[in-house]
Amino acid sequence: MQITVAFVCGFIFGWGLLISAMVQPAKVIGFLDIFGVWDPSLAVVMVAALAVSAGGFRYAKLRQRPILASRSIWPTRTEIDGPLVIGATLFGVGWGLVGLCPGPAIENLATLSPRVTAFVLAMAFGMVLHGLWASRRRGRVQRQIVTVLTADG
Amino acid sequence: MANFTPVSAAIGGALIGLAATLLMLINGRMAGVSGILASCLDFRTKDRIGSAAFLAGLILAPITGGVVGFAIPTPEMPSSWALILISGLLVGFGTRLGGGCTSGHGVCGVARLSRRSIVATSIFMMTAILVVAVSRHVFAG
Repeated sequence: MQITVAFVCGFIFGWGLLISAMVQPAKVIGFLDIFGVWDPSLAVVMVAALAVSAGGFRYAKLRQRPILASRSIWPTRTEIDGPLVIGATLFGVGWGLVGLCPGPAIENLATLSPRVTAFVLAMAFGMVLHGLWASRRRGRVQRQIVTVLTADG
Repeated sequence: MANFTPVSAAIGGALIGLAATLLMLINGRMAGVSGILASCLDFRTKDRIGSAAFLAGLILAPITGGVVGFAIPTPEMPSSWALILISGLLVGFGTRLGGGCTSGHGVCGVARLSRRSIVATSIFMMTAILVVAVSRHVFAG
């Protein structure tokens, strides 16, 4: 049942990117290009998504537990550290170069574009690389309780 | 602002917010796509099937979209394969190092008023704007 819910949520999410046209790299670049013919649409997408999820999350927090799972996994970290800043910067560079972030990149696999497929494979490889690097680093700082896996999203 | 599409942007954004809400309310999970893809690639987690199901729904959306007249256009991608591969690597490694992407930090995290997410979102937005400014206007080909 939880698998069906995850599938439906992915589907709704995909339709959101589709209707807002954020699935198109050109539309995203139009927002990022503030010195060109600026297209503020992405900001409207963010505000609408935030308005709905802020209310929704507030309600989800009020409930003791989620409807199907035994507990909710809320991110707990609060510190602003080097990995957060460097990671966000690296992501920003990659996002600006092509106009694809993970959601639209995966959704665009449906177009069977070889270039998008290459991008997604490189992205997955980058994630695996990070996993290997992080676990080596964890090995080095053994016995220190490092919960690198506790991510935000 | 010739290409501004506020109505479709608001509807699409609301759907993204709805998907994030439902996933948290029902499954207790964050709708951060980079985190979901990473858990799909991680053989140690138990969430792999659920993560794969989310991604399958994400890919199916434009296919059904095409059936009802919401066809997904062929994405405009750079001609350089090297640029595509480097960008993909940066997005993959960067989102894991920073703990989230546009959905996990930008939508879910900011909606929770998470300090980390607000900082991360400001950084990747400003960096991407800078990269586009430099690549389109300084080195405009």
